[in-house]
Amino acid sequence: MPGIKLSEKTIGQIKTICSDFGNQGSELINVLHQVQGKLGYLPAEVQEVIAKELNISVAKVYGVVTFYSYFTMIPLGEFPISICMGTACYVRGSEQVLAEFKRQLKVEVGQSTPDGQFSLNCLRCVGACGLAPVVMVGEKVFGRVSPQMVKNIIADYKEGTAGEAKSA
Amino acid sequence: MEMINLTIDNKPVVVPYGTTILKAASGIGIDIPTLCYMKLDDMNIENKPGGCRVCVVEVKGRRNLSPACCTEVTEGMEVETHTIRAVNARRTVVELILSDHPADCLICAKSGNCDLQDMAHHLGVRKIHYEGEKSMYREDTSPAIIREIDKCIMCRRCETMCNDVQTVGVLSAVNRGFHAVVAPAFEMNLDHSVCTYCGQCVAVCPTGALTEVDETGAVIRALSDPTKTVIVQTAPAVRAALGEEFGMEAGTLVTGKMVAALRRLGFNYVFDTDFAADLTIMEEGTELLTRLSAFIAGDKKVKLPILTSCCPAWVKFFEHSFPELKDIPSTARSPQQMFGSIAKTYFADKIEVKRENLVVVSIMPCVAKKYESSRPEFSVNGNPDVDFALTTRELARLIKLGNIDFKALPNEDFDQPLGESTGAAVIFGTTGGVIEAAVRTAYEIFTGKPLPRLDFEELRGMDGLRKATIDFNGTPIHIGIAHGLGNARKLLEEIQAGKSEFHAIEIMSCPGGCIGGGGQPYHHGDAEILKKRQRAIYSEDTNKTIRKSHENPYITKLYEEFLGAPNSEKSHHLLHTKYFDRS
Repeated sequence: MPGIKLSEKTIGQIKTICSDFGNQGSELINVLHQVQGKLGYLPAEVQEVIAKELNISVAKVYGVVTFYSYFTMIPLGEFPISICMGTACYVRGSEQVLAEFKRQLKVEVGQSTPDGQFSLNCLRCVGACGLAPVVMVGEKVFGRVSPQMVKNIIADYKEGTAGEAKSA
Repeated sequence: MEMINLTIDNKPVVVPYGTTILKAASGIGIDIPTLCYMKLDDMNIENKPGGCRVCVVEVKGRRNLSPACCTEVTEGMEVETHTIRAVNARRTVVELILSDHPADCLICAKSGNCDLQDMAHHLGVRKIHYEGEKSMYREDTSPAIIREIDKCIMCRRCETMCNDVQTVGVLSAVNRGFHAVVAPAFEMNLDHSVCTYCGQCVAVCPTGALTEVDETGAVIRALSDPTKTVIVQTAPAVRAALGEEFGMEAGTLVTGKMVAALRRLGFNYVFDTDFAADLTIMEEGTELLTRLSAFIAGDKKVKLPILTSCCPAWVKFFEHSFPELKDIPSTARSPQQMFGSIAKTYFADKIEVKRENLVVVSIMPCVAKKYESSRPEFSVNGNPDVDFALTTRELARLIKLGNIDFKALPNEDFDQPLGESTGAAVIFGTTGGVIEAAVRTAYEIFTGKPLPRLDFEELRGMDGLRKATIDFNGTPIHIGIAHGLGNARKLLEEIQAGKSEFHAIEIMSCPGGCIGGGGQPYHHGDAEILKKRQRAIYSEDTNKTIRKSHENPYITKLYEEFLGAPNSEKSHHLLHTKYFDRS
């Protein structure tokens, strides 16, 4: 197992979420959803805490985490990039957009860049088919994205972060 | 109870509400083929994920075929089990499974015992019409169990055993779609997990995805090495099941033939783990009485109940899950390890063979015994007390390889001095047997009186959790029995909560005890086989002249010549052990 040690505070947060759901094994998906919302991802150590709290086996927790593509064991980047692969976006070329992101960032789907800035994922339909193909970076939606635009989108965020880092 | 009327293959049938089509059909003698489905009657073990779709049948009025194993009957239902459509679908399903299966049947460990192979044969599959990608998954080898997940058909039987029956929770379906496999958490290897090696996953796996580590080759090498003296011990449950591998009726006792076969295979001495079982009773029984007497005398430091410690999967289970209770089980080693320890000291001295040149092989109904024999505390300077632990199935393979006509063998007797045993020892092979054997000896030592009876029916049976009170001449002794680790967990939680009423508890990991061990001939979901083996064990006990461990003359001699007394310092050194916190 990759050795990360959870802080007492993180463990406390996970336990609170579990107890909010009555420590019921049947609430596993809800618990995972909330914990990922809080921590950004579900590493092995987190799954172990959840298994213990809900009194189910770690193997079961891991089984659910690996079944649903929404759950991730890899930390999301500071700027999580999601490319819509829904029907409308797909027919309007989202696959080429995805390929360009992969090429620019040198990562595969489900991975993050080594500096932790960007992570790349696919999603299914964000309900903005009129803007297809759609890319989301964090909460921000980019419409009618072409492969040529990819480089600029990434650059905007890179520069943005540099600025933030200075001011911090 | 509400009753449901339906017809299956035009035959009317009335069954209770909630019955599945599969069960209703089998009740009127209609056999619907199944693959993932498994049910062990009277043992609360059922696996019906409806995953494989081999059992599909036609239900009038329904557009799709229905899986018989998990479709409940409804009033007026008309079921046809073997229409052309159903049979074709069944064959298609099996072809699709085979399209993602390494077709290495000729050399697969499960060949001849594989439910998938049988199904393909049964359905007359001659061509696989679907070509496609094949799953590739690394092989995982542990001290006892090998996982070849390429051969997994996702029937989930192992998952049912590991989670619902044993509550160990190592195996689970992980990933999705084509990449779905059954694996431990984070897809770690078994030997990093909390796996107890009970082998119940192996016992129920329909294919070669889960098998035991095969050590027959190493044993053959030892047998052919002229510098080695090779001796063998056979566990009680083996003699009640080995015959099945040679087409004999389940429950046939083959003790004499087994001894003859081992001699023909070239073992220098054929001994009996039963001898060590008698020794276990002396050690464990004495420990029980010591603790009990102190407890009755009011010693607050004494911990009760005492738990049996013969079962290696059980030992690993509490080391992982209940480490705070590790002072409660008896410190007595298992019979396999007691035998190894005595063989490599007392017996090696007797025949003047150096420890390094004495090879101890054991034949066990168990895969966890492989792991147990590899535990470092059971070796001296790197030389293990037990060199190889083979399963009943592996012994059958050796006998077949030796081209020995097993059924035609004469009955032969074990060698001495480590081959003599009592009826109390042989019942170690079934749930309830260890504690009954202990009672027979402990009663006489505690009360100083001969037992009024030898058969303790109240300790026998197949219920997962049993309890009984035995009157030790005015002192009531409360006894608990659990088989299956899920049942054991319940008793342990009672102890944790300080609510346990028992003085002594027997625990065996496998349903039925060792007769249902993970190394036994495959039962293919037929619980009746386990019951027949159990009856065989008790009949061997009844037929023995001596039925109490402390009356075994060779045990008496062993204490006189070598060990001194039960629980002596030497006994402690050679026959006892300690447990580790593995949480």
